[in-house]
Amino acid sequence: MTETFEKIEDIEIRLLLEALYHRYHYDFRNYAMSSIRRRLRQAREQLGFSTISAMQEGVLHDTDMLPQMLRYLTIQVSEMFRDPSYFLAIREKVVPHLRTYPSLKIWIAGCSAGEELYSFVILFREEGLEERTLFYATDINPDALAHAETGIYDIERIRLFTENHRQAGGKTSLSDYYTSGYNRCVLDKSLRRNVVFSDHSLVTDQVFGEMQFVSCRNVMIYFDRPLQNRAVGLFRDSLPHNAFLGLGAKETLRFSTHVDSFREFVREEKIYQRNGE
Amino acid sequence: MRGTPKGAVIIGASAGALEALSSILPALPAGYPLPIFVIVHLPPNKRSVLAEIFNIKCRLRAIEAEDKEPVEPGVIYFAPPNYHLLLEGRSNIALSGEEAVLFSRPSIDVAFESASEAWGDRLTGIVLTGANHDGARGLQAIGRSGGTMIVQDPASAYAQAMPEAAMLASPNAHVFTLPEISSYLLSNFQ
Ligand SMILES: C[S@@+](CC[C@H](N)C(=O)[O-])C[C@H]1O[C@@H](n2cnc3c(N)ncnc32)[C@H](O)[C@@H]1O
Repeated sequence: MTETFEKIEDIEIRLLLEALYHRYHYDFRNYAMSSIRRRLRQAREQLGFSTISAMQEGVLHDTDMLPQMLRYLTIQVSEMFRDPSYFLAIREKVVPHLRTYPSLKIWIAGCSAGEELYSFVILFREEGLEERTLFYATDINPDALAHAETGIYDIERIRLFTENHRQAGGKTSLSDYYTSGYNRCVLDKSLRRNVVFSDHSLVTDQVFGEMQFVSCRNVMIYFDRPLQNRAVGLFRDSLPHNAFLGLGAKETLRFSTHVDSFREFVREEKIYQRNGE
Repeated sequence: MRGTPKGAVIIGASAGALEALSSILPALPAGYPLPIFVIVHLPPNKRSVLAEIFNIKCRLRAIEAEDKEPVEPGVIYFAPPNYHLLLEGRSNIALSGEEAVLFSRPSIDVAFESASEAWGDRLTGIVLTGANHDGARGLQAIGRSGGTMIVQDPASAYAQAMPEAAMLASPNAHVFTLPEISSYLLSNFQ
């Protein structure tokens, strides 16, 4: 009984993802099913649909449903200087290499509301690299990108961000970079001087330039393995010999078809360096 | 020993976890035919040493799962701090940074529900000591898909709330002491 029920639900999920793709060109068809299933069940309950099929009808006929669906299907959890040891490793081990370049391009893929991006900009400013760097911040969720461009965060989050920044070897005080009012903090707009925000999908879009560092953290964990291979393939093609790729704390290239294109640079922090061909 | 395992065991524990797991996991023999997933509540921003500890204590290999880790029989997989552990079918683990559930990430409920979808009646779920209610919903889900439900006897647990909540939610779960859990795991799968 239950088994038949679950199989029907999986069919409904597949159909809904097809509907999203054909109607809006958002392609979640190769995302990890275990998480998609959870998120769509939550969406169905909270949006008050009796079945996922009913929700699919909404997706097809009501354009207001798209942002709702994106809110459930993309996970927006982030922090500034998330996993401070990652940023400390960049500061201590990667920055010395980056200093040898006259100009730099850095790609934050799946930047969510900008927390990771601003962490990079502040770190680069502290290390004297910001002036020569162009930062690309990309995501598929337009609301997240719009939020990232405002650089505004709830004040309750700042304490954690500040502590993370300190643990990441911060040479300045985080409060140098924001003004606070009401219950929010507004990051200094000068932090966006060298930033390009852009709508870009690791699933459906192509490479757009040569980078010295790609940071893609906690984005590909929501992809199945073939899709992860596609995304890592984009990074491989964006990164010249000796350029860097940083992943989330529990992500790995061990299971990727592109594993041989990279070597571990800081193993514990999932920072890889591009091999020559 | 490769190939798709015939079933799986999933264990959830919170306060008192180290001691309880120490009486169960090291008793499992080399060549144990099932994968074992272990979900322990941990502080989010610290590295966990659980896998290292149990890799030394156990005859089975114990690792902290990384994203898309393949599932193999006789391996003990710990959920990493700050991520939910999900099963992507029977062949891979998937991690997720979704919001905490009942203030927990990893959440025992989330992992149990996902494992029950992958393994159905081939799954054994075990709720051990803990001071919250995580695991009760997840164990129910395992019961609903025909899996085996085991709860540590609260009288023998370091913290009673979690096993008690699981018993309340699943009155027909087995209630076992730690040695009984060990012998159950041994007898049923050797
Ligand atoms: C959990 S957040 C990660 C934020 C940040 N990188 C971090 O680690 O804290 C995942 C982000 O990936 C984005 N994302 C999901 N699918 C994507 C895709 N196909 N291409 C680019 N970004 C995607 C989501 O919209 C979301 O903002």
